[in-house]
Amino acid sequence: MEGAILRIENLKVSFGSAVVLKGINMEVQEKKVTAFMGPSGCGKTTFLRAVNRMHDLTPEAKVEGKIRLHYEDVYEMEAMLLRRRVGMVFQRPNPFPTMSIQENVLSGFMLNGIKLKKTEKEQITEDALKKVALWEEVKDKLNARSTSLSGGQQQRLCLARAIAMKPEVILLDEPTSALDPLSTAKIEDLLYELKGNYTLLIVTHNMQQAARISDMTAFFYLGELLEYDNTKKVFTNPKNEKTQNYITGRFG
Amino acid sequence: MALIEYKGIRKRKFKDRLFRYSVHAFTYSCLAIVLVILFYIFKKGVGSLNLALFTQLPKPVGETGGGVLNAIVGTLMLVSVAAVIAIPLGVSVGIFLADNRGRKIADYTSIAVDMLQGVPAIVIGIIVYIWVVKPMRGFSALSGSIVLAIMMLPAVVKNTEETMLLIPKSLKEASLALGASYFKTTTRVLVPAGIGGIFSGCVLGIARVAGEAAPLLFTAFGSPFMNFNLLRPVNSLPLVLFNYATSPYDDWHKIAWGATFILVGMVLILNFIVKYFERRWKVQF
Repeated sequence: MEGAILRIENLKVSFGSAVVLKGINMEVQEKKVTAFMGPSGCGKTTFLRAVNRMHDLTPEAKVEGKIRLHYEDVYEMEAMLLRRRVGMVFQRPNPFPTMSIQENVLSGFMLNGIKLKKTEKEQITEDALKKVALWEEVKDKLNARSTSLSGGQQQRLCLARAIAMKPEVILLDEPTSALDPLSTAKIEDLLYELKGNYTLLIVTHNMQQAARISDMTAFFYLGELLEYDNTKKVFTNPKNEKTQNYITGRFG
Repeated sequence: MALIEYKGIRKRKFKDRLFRYSVHAFTYSCLAIVLVILFYIFKKGVGSLNLALFTQLPKPVGETGGGVLNAIVGTLMLVSVAAVIAIPLGVSVGIFLADNRGRKIADYTSIAVDMLQGVPAIVIGIIVYIWVVKPMRGFSALSGSIVLAIMMLPAVVKNTEETMLLIPKSLKEASLALGASYFKTTTRVLVPAGIGGIFSGCVLGIARVAGEAAPLLFTAFGSPFMNFNLLRPVNSLPLVLFNYATSPYDDWHKIAWGATFILVGMVLILNFIVKYFERRWKVQF
Protein backbone atom coordinates (compact mmCIF):
# COMPACT_ATOMS: atom_id res chain seq x y z
CA MET A 1 0.00 0.00 0.00
CA GLU A 2 1.27 3.44 -0.80
CA GLY A 3 2.10 5.96 1.92
CA ALA A 4 2.05 3.50 4.78
CA ILE A 5 3.50 4.86 8.02
CA LEU A 6 2.85 1.81 10.21
CA ARG A 7 3.39 -1.72 8.98
CA ILE A 8 2.10 -4.42 11.26
CA GLU A 9 3.24 -7.97 10.67
CA ASN A 10 1.73 -10.92 12.45
CA LEU A 11 1.16 -9.02 15.70
CA LYS A 12 0.25 -11.28 18.62
CA VAL A 13 -0.40 -10.00 22.12
CA SER A 14 -1.20 -12.13 25.13
CA PHE A 15 -1.63 -11.48 28.83
CA GLY A 16 -0.60 -14.58 30.72
CA SER A 17 -2.60 -17.36 29.13
CA ALA A 18 -5.18 -15.06 27.53
CA VAL A 19 -4.43 -14.44 23.87
CA VAL A 20 -5.92 -11.10 22.92
CA LEU A 21 -4.52 -10.48 19.45
CA LYS A 22 -4.03 -13.50 17.21
CA GLY A 23 -1.80 -12.30 14.42
CA ILE A 24 -2.71 -8.96 12.91
CA ASN A 25 -1.36 -7.90 9.53
CA MET A 26 -2.13 -4.43 8.27
CA GLU A 27 -0.67 -1.16 7.05
CA VAL A 28 -1.79 2.17 8.38
CA GLN A 29 -1.61 5.05 5.93
CA GLU A 30 0.14 8.30 6.61
CA LYS A 31 -1.91 11.46 7.25
CA LYS A 32 -5.18 9.57 7.26
CA VAL A 33 -7.66 8.76 10.00
CA THR A 34 -7.97 5.05 10.64
CA ALA A 35 -10.85 3.93 12.83
CA PHE A 36 -10.74 0.68 14.81
CA MET A 37 -14.10 -0.85 15.57
CA GLY A 38 -15.41 -4.02 17.04
CA PRO A 39 -17.29 -5.36 20.04
CA SER A 40 -15.81 -5.00 23.55
CA GLY A 41 -12.90 -7.31 24.19
CA CYS A 42 -11.99 -7.69 20.53
CA GLY A 43 -8.51 -6.28 21.02
CA LYS A 44 -8.79 -2.78 19.56
CA THR A 45 -7.32 -1.05 22.60
CA THR A 46 -4.70 -3.76 23.00
CA PHE A 47 -3.69 -3.12 19.40
CA LEU A 48 -3.44 0.62 19.95
CA ARG A 49 -1.36 0.23 23.07
CA ALA A 50 1.00 -2.11 21.28
CA VAL A 51 1.91 0.66 18.85
CA ASN A 52 3.44 2.95 21.50
CA ARG A 53 4.55 0.04 23.67
CA MET A 54 2.30 0.77 26.64
CA HIS A 55 2.27 -2.98 27.23
CA ASP A 56 5.85 -2.62 28.48
CA LEU A 57 4.24 -1.50 31.75
CA THR A 58 2.36 -4.77 32.19
CA PRO A 59 4.77 -7.52 33.25
CA GLU A 60 2.58 -10.40 32.07
CA ALA A 61 1.97 -8.91 28.62
CA LYS A 62 3.76 -10.61 25.75
CA VAL A 63 4.03 -9.00 22.34
CA GLU A 64 5.15 -10.95 19.27
CA GLY A 65 5.41 -9.98 15.63
CA LYS A 66 6.56 -6.70 14.22
CA ILE A 67 5.32 -3.13 14.14
CA ARG A 68 7.31 -0.81 11.94
CA LEU A 69 7.13 2.94 12.10
CA HIS A 70 8.29 3.86 8.61
CA TYR A 71 10.90 1.13 8.41
CA GLU A 72 12.05 0.93 12.01
CA ASP A 73 10.88 -1.86 14.28
CA VAL A 74 9.29 -0.08 17.25
CA TYR A 75 10.19 -2.91 19.61
CA GLU A 76 13.85 -2.35 18.84
CA MET A 77 13.65 1.40 19.33
CA GLU A 78 14.19 3.23 22.60
CA ALA A 79 10.67 3.28 24.10
CA MET A 80 11.03 6.89 25.23
CA LEU A 81 11.97 8.07 21.74
CA LEU A 82 9.17 6.05 20.18
CA ARG A 83 6.60 7.58 22.49
CA ARG A 84 7.81 11.05 21.63
CA ARG A 85 7.00 10.29 17.99
CA VAL A 86 3.72 8.51 18.73
CA GLY A 87 1.37 10.56 20.92
CA MET A 88 -1.62 9.18 22.76
CA VAL A 89 -4.96 10.45 24.03
CA PHE A 90 -6.74 8.27 26.57
CA GLN A 91 -10.31 7.27 27.25
CA ARG A 92 -10.70 9.55 30.25
CA PRO A 93 -9.23 13.03 30.22
CA ASN A 94 -6.02 12.88 32.26
CA PRO A 95 -4.37 16.28 32.40
CA PHE A 96 -1.64 16.57 35.02
CA PRO A 97 -3.56 17.87 38.05
CA THR A 98 -0.61 19.63 39.65
CA MET A 99 0.17 21.65 36.55
CA SER A 100 -1.45 24.74 35.05
CA ILE A 101 -3.08 24.74 31.62
CA GLN A 102 0.06 26.07 29.98
CA GLU A 103 2.30 23.68 31.87
CA ASN A 104 0.15 20.81 30.64
CA VAL A 105 0.57 21.85 27.03
CA LEU A 106 4.32 22.09 27.54
CA SER A 107 4.58 19.02 29.77
CA GLY A 108 5.97 16.85 26.97
CA PHE A 109 8.97 19.13 26.67
CA MET A 110 9.42 19.45 30.41
CA LEU A 111 9.20 15.69 30.96
CA ASN A 112 11.71 15.06 28.20
CA GLY A 113 14.11 17.57 29.71
CA ILE A 114 13.86 19.95 26.72
CA LYS A 115 14.44 23.55 27.75
CA LEU A 116 12.43 26.21 25.93
CA LYS A 117 12.79 29.97 25.76
CA LYS A 118 9.91 32.09 26.98
CA THR A 119 8.88 33.14 23.49
CA GLU A 120 9.00 29.53 22.28
CA LYS A 121 6.81 28.48 25.19
CA GLU A 122 4.23 31.13 24.36
CA GLN A 123 4.28 30.24 20.69
CA ILE A 124 3.92 26.50 21.23
CA THR A 125 1.15 26.96 23.80
CA GLU A 126 -0.84 29.25 21.54
CA ASP A 127 -0.37 27.05 18.46
CA ALA A 128 -1.35 23.84 20.20
CA LEU A 129 -4.35 25.36 21.97
CA LYS A 130 -5.55 26.96 18.74
CA LYS A 131 -5.31 23.65 16.94
CA VAL A 132 -7.61 22.05 19.50
CA ALA A 133 -9.93 25.08 19.51
CA LEU A 134 -9.31 25.74 23.19
CA TRP A 135 -7.34 28.98 22.87
CA GLU A 136 -10.29 31.36 22.98
CA GLU A 137 -11.68 29.65 26.07
CA VAL A 138 -8.49 29.61 28.15
CA LYS A 139 -6.19 32.35 26.83
CA ASP A 140 -6.90 34.54 29.86
CA LYS A 141 -6.28 31.81 32.40
CA LEU A 142 -3.28 29.87 31.17
CA ASN A 143 -1.97 29.68 34.71
CA ALA A 144 -5.17 28.19 36.14
CA ARG A 145 -5.17 24.59 37.30
CA SER A 146 -5.93 22.16 34.49
CA THR A 147 -8.52 20.42 36.66
CA SER A 148 -10.63 23.61 36.74
CA LEU A 149 -11.64 22.89 33.14
CA SER A 150 -14.68 20.86 32.11
CA GLY A 151 -14.25 17.25 30.98
CA GLY A 152 -14.49 18.18 27.31
CA GLN A 153 -11.99 20.99 27.70
CA GLN A 154 -9.66 18.68 29.61
CA GLN A 155 -9.75 16.17 26.78
CA ARG A 156 -8.93 18.88 24.25
CA LEU A 157 -6.08 19.94 26.52
CA CYS A 158 -4.79 16.36 26.48
CA LEU A 159 -4.94 16.43 22.69
CA ALA A 160 -3.05 19.74 22.70
CA ARG A 161 -0.46 18.20 25.00
CA ALA A 162 0.08 15.39 22.48
CA ILE A 163 0.07 17.71 19.44
CA ALA A 164 2.59 20.11 20.99
CA MET A 165 5.27 17.41 20.66
CA LYS A 166 4.62 17.26 16.89
CA PRO A 167 4.19 13.47 16.84
CA GLU A 168 4.09 11.54 13.60
CA VAL A 169 1.21 9.40 14.79
CA ILE A 170 -1.53 10.10 17.37
CA LEU A 171 -3.32 7.21 19.02
CA LEU A 172 -6.80 7.97 20.36
CA ASP A 173 -8.33 5.37 22.66
CA GLU A 174 -12.07 6.06 22.70
CA PRO A 175 -11.35 9.74 23.30
CA THR A 176 -15.00 10.76 23.53
CA SER A 177 -16.51 7.90 25.48
CA ALA A 178 -16.38 9.81 28.78
CA LEU A 179 -17.77 13.05 27.31
CA ASP A 180 -21.20 14.50 26.74
CA PRO A 181 -22.58 14.79 23.16
CA LEU A 182 -21.65 18.44 22.77
CA SER A 183 -18.02 17.92 23.78
CA THR A 184 -17.95 14.80 21.62
CA ALA A 185 -19.07 16.79 18.60
CA LYS A 186 -16.33 19.35 19.27
CA ILE A 187 -13.62 16.70 19.45
CA GLU A 188 -14.91 15.06 16.29
CA ASP A 189 -14.82 18.37 14.41
CA LEU A 190 -11.29 18.80 15.63
CA LEU A 191 -10.11 15.40 14.54
CA TYR A 192 -11.70 16.05 11.16
CA GLU A 193 -9.67 19.24 10.86
CA LEU A 194 -6.46 17.60 12.02
CA LYS A 195 -6.56 14.95 9.36
CA GLY A 196 -4.33 15.73 6.48
CA ASN A 197 -1.64 16.94 8.85
CA TYR A 198 -1.48 14.02 11.25
CA THR A 199 -1.83 10.29 11.15
CA LEU A 200 -4.64 9.44 13.54
CA LEU A 201 -5.57 6.01 14.85
CA ILE A 202 -8.85 6.09 16.70
CA VAL A 203 -10.54 3.34 18.66
CA THR A 204 -14.25 3.92 18.89
CA HIS A 205 -17.48 2.22 19.83
CA ASN A 206 -19.44 4.86 18.08
CA MET A 207 -20.19 3.86 14.50
CA GLN A 208 -21.39 7.27 13.41
CA GLN A 209 -18.14 8.65 14.68
CA ALA A 210 -16.10 6.19 12.68
CA ALA A 211 -18.17 6.86 9.57
CA ARG A 212 -17.97 10.61 9.99
CA ILE A 213 -14.30 11.18 10.54
CA SER A 214 -12.29 8.21 9.31
CA ASP A 215 -10.78 7.45 5.92
CA MET A 216 -10.10 3.81 6.67
CA THR A 217 -11.92 1.46 9.00
CA ALA A 218 -10.60 -1.71 10.57
CA PHE A 219 -13.04 -4.18 12.07
CA PHE A 220 -11.69 -6.39 14.84
CA TYR A 221 -13.42 -9.46 16.11
CA LEU A 222 -12.12 -11.82 18.83
CA GLY A 223 -8.54 -10.76 18.33
CA GLU A 224 -8.56 -10.94 14.56
CA LEU A 225 -8.75 -8.32 11.88
CA LEU A 226 -11.85 -9.29 9.91
CA GLU A 227 -12.10 -6.37 7.59
CA TYR A 228 -9.96 -3.40 6.68
CA ASP A 229 -10.84 -1.05 3.87
CA ASN A 230 -12.08 2.37 2.92
CA THR A 231 -14.56 3.57 5.50
CA LYS A 232 -17.19 4.09 2.84
CA LYS A 233 -16.74 0.58 1.55
CA VAL A 234 -16.84 -0.98 5.01
CA PHE A 235 -20.03 0.82 5.87
CA THR A 236 -21.88 0.45 2.57
CA ASN A 237 -20.64 -2.83 1.29
CA PRO A 238 -18.87 -4.93 3.90
CA LYS A 239 -17.27 -8.13 2.71
CA ASN A 240 -17.63 -9.97 5.95
CA GLU A 241 -20.95 -11.05 7.37
CA LYS A 242 -19.84 -10.30 10.94
CA THR A 243 -18.95 -6.74 9.98
CA GLN A 244 -22.33 -6.34 8.34
CA ASN A 245 -24.09 -7.63 11.42
CA TYR A 246 -22.12 -5.38 13.71
CA ILE A 247 -22.66 -2.28 11.61
CA THR A 248 -26.35 -2.89 11.29
CA GLY A 249 -26.56 -3.37 15.06
CA ARG A 250 -27.44 -7.03 15.09
CA PHE A 251 -24.73 -7.81 17.64
CA GLY A 252 -21.99 -6.08 19.59
CA MET B 1 -48.82 -11.57 57.89
CA ALA B 2 -48.39 -8.28 59.64
CA LEU B 3 -48.20 -10.03 62.98
CA ILE B 4 -45.25 -12.12 61.92
CA GLU B 5 -43.40 -9.11 60.56
CA TYR B 6 -43.72 -7.15 63.76
CA LYS B 7 -42.69 -10.01 65.97
CA GLY B 8 -39.63 -9.11 67.99
CA ILE B 9 -39.39 -5.64 66.54
CA ARG B 10 -39.14 -4.05 69.98
CA LYS B 11 -36.27 -6.24 70.94
CA ARG B 12 -34.51 -5.48 67.65
CA LYS B 13 -35.03 -1.77 68.06
CA PHE B 14 -33.71 -1.94 71.59
CA LYS B 15 -30.57 -3.77 70.46
CA ASP B 16 -30.10 -1.30 67.68
CA ARG B 17 -30.35 1.64 70.04
CA LEU B 18 -28.03 -0.01 72.54
CA PHE B 19 -25.40 -0.48 69.86
CA ARG B 20 -25.75 3.08 68.64
CA TYR B 21 -25.37 4.49 72.14
CA SER B 22 -22.38 2.31 73.01
CA VAL B 23 -20.52 3.43 69.89
CA HIS B 24 -21.11 7.01 70.96
CA ALA B 25 -20.18 6.32 74.55
CA PHE B 26 -16.89 4.64 73.66
CA THR B 27 -15.96 7.48 71.32
CA TYR B 28 -16.58 10.08 74.00
CA SER B 29 -14.69 8.16 76.66
CA CYS B 30 -11.69 7.81 74.34
CA LEU B 31 -11.79 11.54 73.64
CA ALA B 32 -12.16 12.24 77.36
CA ILE B 33 -9.06 10.22 78.24
CA VAL B 34 -6.93 12.18 75.77
CA LEU B 35 -8.34 15.49 76.95
CA VAL B 36 -7.77 14.65 80.62
CA ILE B 37 -4.15 13.68 79.92
CA LEU B 38 -3.57 16.86 77.92
CA PHE B 39 -5.25 18.97 80.59
CA TYR B 40 -3.14 17.40 83.34
CA ILE B 41 0.10 17.96 81.41
CA PHE B 42 -0.99 21.50 80.67
CA LYS B 43 -1.83 22.24 84.29
CA LYS B 44 1.42 20.78 85.64
CA GLY B 45 3.54 22.06 82.76
CA VAL B 46 2.37 25.65 82.66
CA GLY B 47 3.32 26.03 86.33
CA SER B 48 6.92 25.10 85.60
CA LEU B 49 7.26 27.18 82.46
CA ASN B 50 9.60 30.13 82.66
CA LEU B 51 12.17 31.80 80.47
CA ALA B 52 15.03 29.93 82.12
CA LEU B 53 13.57 26.62 80.99
CA PHE B 54 14.09 27.63 77.36
CA THR B 55 17.34 29.58 77.73
CA GLN B 56 19.45 27.87 80.40
CA LEU B 57 21.36 24.66 80.75
CA PRO B 58 20.67 22.19 83.57
CA LYS B 59 22.14 23.17 86.94
CA PRO B 60 24.12 20.66 89.04
CA VAL B 61 22.36 18.98 91.95
CA GLY B 62 21.89 21.37 94.84
CA GLU B 63 21.54 24.51 92.76
CA THR B 64 18.01 25.62 91.95
CA GLY B 65 16.73 26.77 88.60
CA GLY B 66 18.24 25.89 85.28
CA GLY B 67 16.61 24.88 82.03
CA VAL B 68 16.51 22.32 79.29
CA LEU B 69 17.86 24.36 76.36
CA ASN B 70 20.39 21.64 75.55
CA ALA B 71 17.62 19.03 75.44
CA ILE B 72 15.47 21.13 73.12
CA VAL B 73 18.44 21.63 70.79
CA GLY B 74 19.32 17.93 71.14
CA THR B 75 15.81 16.75 70.29
CA LEU B 76 15.68 19.00 67.24
CA MET B 77 19.08 17.74 66.16
CA LEU B 78 18.29 14.05 66.70
CA VAL B 79 14.97 14.33 64.91
CA SER B 80 16.21 16.34 61.95
CA VAL B 81 19.16 14.07 61.27
CA ALA B 82 16.82 11.08 61.60
CA ALA B 83 14.46 12.71 59.10
CA VAL B 84 17.29 13.36 56.66
CA ILE B 85 18.16 9.66 56.79
CA ALA B 86 14.67 8.17 56.87
CA ILE B 87 12.68 10.35 54.47
CA PRO B 88 14.62 9.76 51.21
CA LEU B 89 14.89 6.07 52.08
CA GLY B 90 11.26 5.65 53.16
CA VAL B 91 9.78 7.62 50.28
CA SER B 92 11.81 5.59 47.77
CA VAL B 93 10.69 2.32 49.31
CA GLY B 94 7.07 3.51 49.36
CA ILE B 95 7.22 4.45 45.67
CA PHE B 96 8.79 1.09 44.86
CA LEU B 97 6.11 -0.83 46.75
CA ALA B 98 3.29 1.06 45.04
CA ASP B 99 4.90 0.49 41.64
CA ASN B 100 5.65 -3.20 42.03
CA ARG B 101 2.59 -4.62 43.71
CA GLY B 102 2.31 -8.36 43.32
CA ARG B 103 6.01 -8.89 42.80
CA LYS B 104 7.68 -11.15 45.36
CA ILE B 105 10.33 -8.64 46.34
CA ALA B 106 7.61 -6.06 47.03
CA ASP B 107 5.59 -8.49 49.13
CA TYR B 108 8.61 -9.42 51.23
CA THR B 109 9.59 -5.77 51.67
CA SER B 110 6.07 -4.94 52.73
CA ILE B 111 6.09 -7.69 55.35
CA ALA B 112 9.51 -6.57 56.55
CA VAL B 113 8.28 -3.01 56.99
CA ASP B 114 5.25 -4.23 58.94
CA MET B 115 7.52 -6.29 61.17
CA LEU B 116 9.83 -3.33 61.70
CA GLN B 117 6.83 -1.40 62.97
CA GLY B 118 6.26 -4.12 65.56
CA VAL B 119 9.84 -4.35 66.81
CA PRO B 120 10.05 -2.76 70.28
CA ALA B 121 11.99 0.49 70.42
CA ILE B 122 14.39 -0.86 73.00
CA VAL B 123 15.37 -3.77 70.74
CA ILE B 124 16.23 -1.40 67.91
CA GLY B 125 18.20 0.60 70.47
CA ILE B 126 20.25 -2.42 71.48
CA ILE B 127 21.00 -3.35 67.90
CA VAL B 128 22.19 0.15 67.10
CA TYR B 129 24.23 0.05 70.30
CA ILE B 130 26.01 -3.09 69.11
CA TRP B 131 26.39 -2.05 65.48
CA VAL B 132 27.08 1.66 65.80
CA VAL B 133 27.90 2.74 69.34
CA LYS B 134 30.39 -0.03 70.11
CA PRO B 135 32.39 0.16 66.87
CA MET B 136 32.49 3.96 67.21
CA ARG B 137 33.63 3.61 70.83
CA GLY B 138 31.14 6.02 72.34
CA PHE B 139 27.61 7.30 72.64
CA SER B 140 26.71 9.86 70.01
CA ALA B 141 23.89 11.96 68.64
CA LEU B 142 24.41 10.19 65.31
CA SER B 143 23.65 6.76 66.77
CA GLY B 144 20.52 8.23 68.38
CA SER B 145 19.43 9.62 65.03
CA ILE B 146 19.97 6.23 63.40
CA VAL B 147 17.67 4.59 65.95
CA LEU B 148 15.01 7.22 65.39
CA ALA B 149 15.42 6.95 61.60
CA ILE B 150 14.80 3.19 61.74
CA MET B 151 11.73 3.77 63.88
CA MET B 152 10.41 6.44 61.52
CA LEU B 153 10.77 4.32 58.41
CA PRO B 154 7.54 2.28 58.59
CA ALA B 155 5.32 5.37 58.90
CA VAL B 156 7.04 7.07 55.97
CA VAL B 157 6.99 3.94 53.79
CA LYS B 158 3.37 3.04 54.48
CA ASN B 159 2.05 6.56 54.01
CA THR B 160 3.98 7.02 50.78
CA GLU B 161 2.82 3.67 49.44
CA GLU B 162 -0.83 4.33 50.26
CA THR B 163 -0.68 7.81 48.80
CA MET B 164 0.93 6.60 45.58
CA LEU B 165 -1.65 3.83 45.22
CA LEU B 166 -4.41 6.44 45.25
CA ILE B 167 -2.95 8.27 42.26
CA PRO B 168 -4.77 7.11 39.11
CA LYS B 169 -2.73 4.90 36.81
CA SER B 170 -3.83 7.06 33.92
CA LEU B 171 -1.53 9.86 35.11
CA LYS B 172 1.48 7.61 34.96
CA GLU B 173 0.46 6.40 31.52
CA ALA B 174 -0.10 9.97 30.32
CA SER B 175 3.42 10.89 31.32
CA LEU B 176 5.08 7.79 29.88
CA ALA B 177 3.08 8.15 26.65
CA LEU B 178 4.70 11.56 26.18
CA GLY B 179 8.09 9.89 26.19
CA ALA B 180 8.98 10.73 29.78
CA SER B 181 11.40 8.52 31.67
CA TYR B 182 10.45 6.62 34.81
CA PHE B 183 12.52 9.13 36.77
CA LYS B 184 10.74 12.21 35.36
CA THR B 185 7.36 10.53 35.63
CA THR B 186 7.95 9.82 39.30
CA THR B 187 9.54 13.09 40.30
CA ARG B 188 7.57 15.54 38.16
CA VAL B 189 4.13 13.92 37.91
CA LEU B 190 3.49 11.30 40.59
CA VAL B 191 5.28 12.70 43.64
CA PRO B 192 3.85 16.23 43.13
CA ALA B 193 0.38 14.67 42.86
CA GLY B 194 0.88 12.82 46.15
CA ILE B 195 2.97 15.40 48.00
CA GLY B 196 0.28 16.07 50.62
CA GLY B 197 0.12 12.44 51.72
CA ILE B 198 3.87 11.90 51.55
CA PHE B 199 4.50 15.03 53.60
CA SER B 200 2.00 14.05 56.26
CA GLY B 201 3.57 10.59 56.51
CA CYS B 202 6.95 12.14 57.10
CA VAL B 203 5.72 14.58 59.73
CA LEU B 204 3.70 11.93 61.55
CA GLY B 205 6.80 9.75 61.52
CA ILE B 206 8.75 12.59 63.13
CA ALA B 207 6.02 13.16 65.71
CA ARG B 208 6.06 9.48 66.53
CA VAL B 209 9.79 9.29 67.30
CA ALA B 210 10.20 12.71 68.90
CA GLY B 211 9.00 11.28 72.21
CA GLU B 212 11.17 8.14 72.24
CA ALA B 213 13.32 7.75 75.34
CA ALA B 214 14.19 4.07 75.74
CA PRO B 215 16.35 3.52 72.64
CA LEU B 216 18.18 6.79 73.28
CA LEU B 217 19.37 5.58 76.69
CA PHE B 218 22.19 3.63 75.10
CA THR B 219 22.73 5.63 71.93
CA ALA B 220 22.38 9.41 72.36
CA PHE B 221 22.81 8.75 76.10
CA GLY B 222 22.03 12.26 77.33
CA SER B 223 24.30 15.02 78.51
CA PRO B 224 24.14 17.97 80.88
CA PHE B 225 26.05 20.15 78.41
CA MET B 226 25.22 21.93 75.22
CA ASN B 227 26.41 19.89 72.28
CA PHE B 228 26.24 20.49 68.53
CA ASN B 229 28.65 17.70 67.60
CA LEU B 230 26.95 14.70 65.98
CA LEU B 231 29.67 12.40 67.29
CA ARG B 232 29.20 13.36 70.94
CA PRO B 233 26.41 12.37 73.34
CA VAL B 234 23.46 14.71 73.28
CA ASN B 235 20.49 15.38 75.52
CA SER B 236 16.86 15.09 74.48
CA LEU B 237 13.53 16.02 76.05
CA PRO B 238 12.34 12.44 76.65
CA LEU B 239 15.67 11.67 78.34
CA VAL B 240 15.34 14.72 80.59
CA LEU B 241 11.86 13.60 81.40
CA PHE B 242 13.02 10.11 82.33
CA ASN B 243 16.07 11.19 84.34
CA TYR B 244 14.44 14.08 86.18
CA ALA B 245 11.11 12.43 86.90
CA THR B 246 12.85 9.47 88.55
CA SER B 247 15.10 11.73 90.63
CA PRO B 248 14.30 12.52 94.28
CA TYR B 249 14.43 16.33 93.87
CA ASP B 250 11.27 18.45 93.72
CA ASP B 251 13.00 21.07 91.63
CA TRP B 252 13.87 18.46 88.99
CA HIS B 253 10.30 17.14 88.96
CA LYS B 254 9.17 20.61 88.03
CA ILE B 255 11.63 20.76 85.16
CA ALA B 256 10.47 17.31 84.05
CA TRP B 257 6.91 18.63 83.79
CA GLY B 258 8.18 21.58 81.81
CA ALA B 259 10.01 19.25 79.40
CA THR B 260 6.85 17.14 79.06
CA PHE B 261 4.84 20.20 78.20
CA ILE B 262 7.32 21.30 75.53
CA LEU B 263 7.44 17.79 74.04
CA VAL B 264 3.68 17.36 73.88
CA GLY B 265 3.35 20.89 72.52
CA MET B 266 5.80 20.07 69.72
CA VAL B 267 3.89 16.93 68.77
CA LEU B 268 0.56 18.78 68.80
CA ILE B 269 1.96 21.53 66.57
CA LEU B 270 3.33 18.92 64.15
CA ASN B 271 -0.13 17.36 63.95
CA PHE B 272 -1.74 20.70 63.17
CA ILE B 273 0.88 21.34 60.49
CA VAL B 274 -0.01 18.00 58.90
CA LYS B 275 -3.73 18.80 58.91
CA TYR B 276 -3.13 22.20 57.38
CA PHE B 277 -0.87 21.10 54.55
CA GLU B 278 -2.85 17.96 53.82
CA ARG B 279 -5.84 20.17 53.07
CA ARG B 280 -3.79 22.75 51.23
CA TRP B 281 -1.91 20.33 49.00
CA LYS B 282 -4.86 18.12 48.26
CA VAL B 283 -4.84 17.34 44.55
CA GLN B 284 -8.07 16.71 42.74
CA PHE B 285 -7.81 14.07 40.08
